Amino acid sequence: MKIIGLIITIITGAFLVYAAADFPAWADPNSPASTYLSPYFIENSMKDTSVPNFVTSLLADYRGFDTMFETTVIFTAGLVCFILLRISGGKEPETSHYRHVLTGVTVTLKKGHKIPESEDFERIDDLWTPPDLIIKTGCRLMIPFIQLFGLYVIAHGHSSPGGGFQGGVILGASIILLAISHDLRTALEKMREKVVAILCPIGVSIYAGTGALCLLLGVNFLDYSALASVLHVDPIAARSHGIFMVEIGVGIAVMTTMIWIYNNISSAGKYNQGL
Amino acid sequence: MFWQIDLAILTLVVVTAVASLMVKDLLGAAILFGAYSFLMCLLWSIMGAVDVAFTEASVGAGVSSVFFVAAVFRTSRRTKD
Repeated sequence: MKIIGLIITIITGAFLVYAAADFPAWADPNSPASTYLSPYFIENSMKDTSVPNFVTSLLADYRGFDTMFETTVIFTAGLVCFILLRISGGKEPETSHYRHVLTGVTVTLKKGHKIPESEDFERIDDLWTPPDLIIKTGCRLMIPFIQLFGLYVIAHGHSSPGGGFQGGVILGASIILLAISHDLRTALEKMREKVVAILCPIGVSIYAGTGALCLLLGVNFLDYSALASVLHVDPIAARSHGIFMVEIGVGIAVMTTMIWIYNNISSAGKYNQGL
Repeated sequence: MFWQIDLAILTLVVVTAVASLMVKDLLGAAILFGAYSFLMCLLWSIMGAVDVAFTEASVGAGVSSVFFVAAVFRTSRRTKD
């Protein structure tokens, strides 16, 4: 079976290499894409949308419909992880472990039993490692700056590389870093399951809602120039603002999806302990 | 760009891609896949596609490695084949 797979892979790879030889050479100015398509975007994106980074204007404006469904794909991925792991496998674990902080004694509780509420006991994972002061403090110091950078990437996508996807991933990664450096329960206290599950569709809805608002104002779906009458700016600036609104929606959706997927995978849907 | 750097990165891309498929330890495969993503990110930025490089660095090398490690942690570390 392995050999058949290898043969199929090699044949497909050979076909790919053979087909790639027909492509225009890299950065060929006479290739079809570079003769009329790219020059249009390079020349007109500043005129049309007043966004200097034309990758952003291309992604969120010229082909905004496509990007909307990319966001929906990300949302679907999060939803699938939730359905597969959380709903089908998310049962209460049989035992839970508590540690007496002062003496270091570990208490194992069976299902249904509870420990009296006190400061002396802390909930610990099955595979418990002693808390590392350097990692915890270092990550706690880093996380605000990572989040600030994520917000900068979302807000500054107009004039530098970046945008909703990258910024959202960085914001999500900051919460994941908290979950890795401390434990999953600490991260869940900051970002509850319900908050994640509600924010994720809200992000997609912000994108689709911006498009629908344009539709309500009497132009095509996702034609942001219609927002000029709402925002009291000229149509070109309105397209720039429309792109920004859409990027915020993408950022929220991607951030929460990353946290959602991580929470479900690392705890196998039980939400009691992470990595 | 210097073709030597290009060649070195391209060779490493192929090596990490094949190694991440061949290695028996799934945690190692996840880490090698992260390295592959990062080398692809370098390649994108050499070609001038900074937006793609940024996405590759954050999604490919960053978060998806964490997802792989989490999945390996919750399943098994050795492959059967």
